[in-house]
Amino acid sequence: MATDRPSTVYLWELAWILPSIALPVGMLAALAVTAFGAGINVAGDRGRIDPTKVAEHALFKEPGVAEIAPGQYEVRMTGQIWAFVPNEVRVPAGSTVHFWATSKDLVHGLFVPRHNVNVMLLPGQISHAQARFDTPGEYPIICHEYCGIAHHTMAGKIIVEARR
Amino acid sequence: MTRVEQRLAAANVAVALVALFGGVVTGLFQALEYAGVEIYPSLAPAIRSHYHSVSIHGVLNALVFTTFFICGFVPFILSRSLQAPLASARLGWVTFWVMVAGLVLAGIPLVGNAATVMFTFYPPLKAHWAFYIGLTLVVVGTWLVTLNLVLTWRAWRARNPDRRTPLAAFMSLVTFAMWTIASLGLAAEMLVLLIPWSLGLVGGTDALLARTLFWFTGHPIVYFWLLPAYISWYTLVPRQAGGKLFSDPMARTSFILFLILSTPIGIHHQYTDPGIHQGWKLLHALLTFAVFFPSLLTFFNVTASLETAGRARGARGWISWFGKLPWTDPSVAAQVLAMVLFAFGGVGGLINASFNVNMVVHNTAYIVGHLHLTVGTAVALTFMGITYWLVPHLAGRALWSRGVALVQVWLWFGGMLLFSPTLHELGLRGMPRRTDIGHVSYMQPQWKSLLPLVGIGGAILFASAVLYFLNMALTATVSRRAPQPALEFAEAVSGPDHAPAFVDRWRPWLALAFILVAIAYGPTLIRLATTTPLTSPGLRVW
Repeated sequence: MATDRPSTVYLWELAWILPSIALPVGMLAALAVTAFGAGINVAGDRGRIDPTKVAEHALFKEPGVAEIAPGQYEVRMTGQIWAFVPNEVRVPAGSTVHFWATSKDLVHGLFVPRHNVNVMLLPGQISHAQARFDTPGEYPIICHEYCGIAHHTMAGKIIVEARR
Repeated sequence: MTRVEQRLAAANVAVALVALFGGVVTGLFQALEYAGVEIYPSLAPAIRSHYHSVSIHGVLNALVFTTFFICGFVPFILSRSLQAPLASARLGWVTFWVMVAGLVLAGIPLVGNAATVMFTFYPPLKAHWAFYIGLTLVVVGTWLVTLNLVLTWRAWRARNPDRRTPLAAFMSLVTFAMWTIASLGLAAEMLVLLIPWSLGLVGGTDALLARTLFWFTGHPIVYFWLLPAYISWYTLVPRQAGGKLFSDPMARTSFILFLILSTPIGIHHQYTDPGIHQGWKLLHALLTFAVFFPSLLTFFNVTASLETAGRARGARGWISWFGKLPWTDPSVAAQVLAMVLFAFGGVGGLINASFNVNMVVHNTAYIVGHLHLTVGTAVALTFMGITYWLVPHLAGRALWSRGVALVQVWLWFGGMLLFSPTLHELGLRGMPRRTDIGHVSYMQPQWKSLLPLVGIGGAILFASAVLYFLNMALTATVSRRAPQPALEFAEAVSGPDHAPAFVDRWRPWLALAFILVAIAYGPTLIRLATTTPLTSPGLRVW
C-alpha cells in the first residue's frame, strides 16, 4: 500500500470503514436477540426503599427462602456489613431462584459465578435477579463490591440438593 | 518557543512519575497478597490493609499519574505544534500549584488511611472531606489547562486566519474539550453531594445518584487518558519510526467522534445497578458500540502509518514491515508494544460493554485484567515511551541507558502477558476484584492454581518499573549533557488539505456532544435528582 497518491488512500480508508461499521452493528443485533429473545437481561428499575427502614418494608420484614410455586423459589435477602441474611439458600436441583435484595448500609454486590446472578445492592434501591440451578452442589454467594475492612468475609452459599 | 513550556512540562511530569512510583510499589503488595504472601503485617503502620494499599494504588496511578502527565505533555505538544508560546505562563503556574495543592490535600487522608474508599469512592463509604476537596481542586486545575489551551489557540488563529490548525494542536484541543464536558458529572458529585456531606452540612447521601454522576465522568476519563497516547501514536511515532502518518483526515474524524461519543455512554458501567431501566442501559450499549468505530479507525490508521515506516526502511510483503520497525529505539518499541496489547484491551472492552454479557465479568478480576491492558499498558507504557525522548529533551541530557530502557519495555510487555490474561481467567472463574483474596472466607480451588501467576507477573512488572525509574532519575541528573534535536511532527501521506473544512469547526461538534449527553443522561439524571431523598448517613468502616 506504499503510495503517495491520496486517491488510493481514500480506497483503503473505505475498505476499512465499511466493515468497521458492520461489525459493531452485527454484534449489537446479536445482543438484542439474547436479551429480549432468550430473556437474559440485566438489572432494571424495581423501585426505591428507605435504606434506614429496610426492616419495615413488606419485602424484607422476614428475610428468607420460600417456595412460591412448584420449582420456583423466592429469596428475600438483605446485605449489610459484613453478611447476607439469609446466608444459606437450600433448593432442590432444577429450581429457579428469584432473588429480591437490598442493602442496609453501604454498596454491596450479589454475585453467584456462572449463574447470571450479578447485581449491585445499593442502599435505597431494590435489586432483582433470577437463575436456574440444575446441578447439585454448593455455590458461593459473593459480595463483589468493596464494603470496608472485612469485605472479603461477606459471603453465603446456595446448596442445590439432588432430587430423590 | 520559550523555556516556560519546558519547565511547566518538566514540573508536571516529575509529579506524575513520583505518583507512578507510589502506585507501582503498592501494586506489588497486592500482587504478592494474591499469590499468598502475607505482606501486610510487615508493612504496618504505613500500609494498614489490603484496601488501604488498593486505594493508594488506584488513586496514584489512575488519577494522579495520568492527570499530571497529561497536563504536562498536552500543553507542551500544543505549544510546539502551533510554534507559539502558551497564552499565559502565569496561568500555567497557577494551574500547576492548584493541582499540587489538591494533590497534597487529598494525599494526606489517603496515606493516613482516612480515605480508604478506592479511586471510585462510592458513597455511603465516607472519606475525610479533604480527600474530596483535594480531588476537586485537581479537576479545577484541568479546567484551567483547557482555558490556557483555548487562549493559546485563539491567539494563533488571529495571527494565522487562513491556516489549518495543525493535527497535534487540533487533537490537544479535542482532548481537553472532551474532558471538560465529561468532568461536569464528577464536579457535580463532589460539589453537590460529597463535599457538603463529608463536612456535615447535609445529613445523608444517595448511592445511585452518586454512582450515576461518577460514571458520567468515569468512562470518558479513560479517553482523557487514551487520547494523549493517541496524539503520540498519530503525530509523533510515525516520524520516530521513519514513516508518515497515513491519513490526516481520518485522524481528525476519529478525534471528532471521540469528542461527541465519549461521554454519553457511562451507564455501561452500571448495567448491574438497580434503579435504572434496561432501555437506558441498552441506549448506552449502542453508543458504546458507536465509540468503538473511531477506535477501529485509529487502529487502522496507526497501523498503516507504521507500515509506511517499515516499507521506507526496506520491507517488502504483507508482514515483514513490522519487524523492520526501529525496535532498538525504546520510545518506539514501548509504544508499538503498547498498541499490540491495546488491541486485546479493546476486544475485552467490547465484551464488558456487551449489556447482558457484562453479568459474566462485572466486578470480577476480569475487569482488573482489562484495566491493566488499557490504562496499565496502552496508556502507561506509551507515556513511558514518550518520556524516553521527552525527559532527555527537557533535561538537555542524553538518555542514561538505551539498553536498560529496552529491557524495561520488554519486561513490561512480558510481565503484562502473564499478569493480565491470568486475571481475565480468574474473573471468568468467578473471582471478585478489589478483594483481599489471600483472606477470603470462600476460596475456590479453581482460583488457587492461578494465583501464583498474578504474583509472578506483578513482580516482573515491578522489576520493569524499577529499571524505568532508575533510568529516568539518572537521565534527569547525571547523564551526559547533550542538546536534543528539535521536536518534529509526522508528515501525512494524505494531508490536512484532504479533510473537509467543516471537520475543524468547533460549534456544531460541541453542540452535538451536548445534545447526545442530554438525550443519554438527561431523563435519568433529572429523575434521580428530583426524586431522591438523601437518606444514607455514611460509614467509615476500614
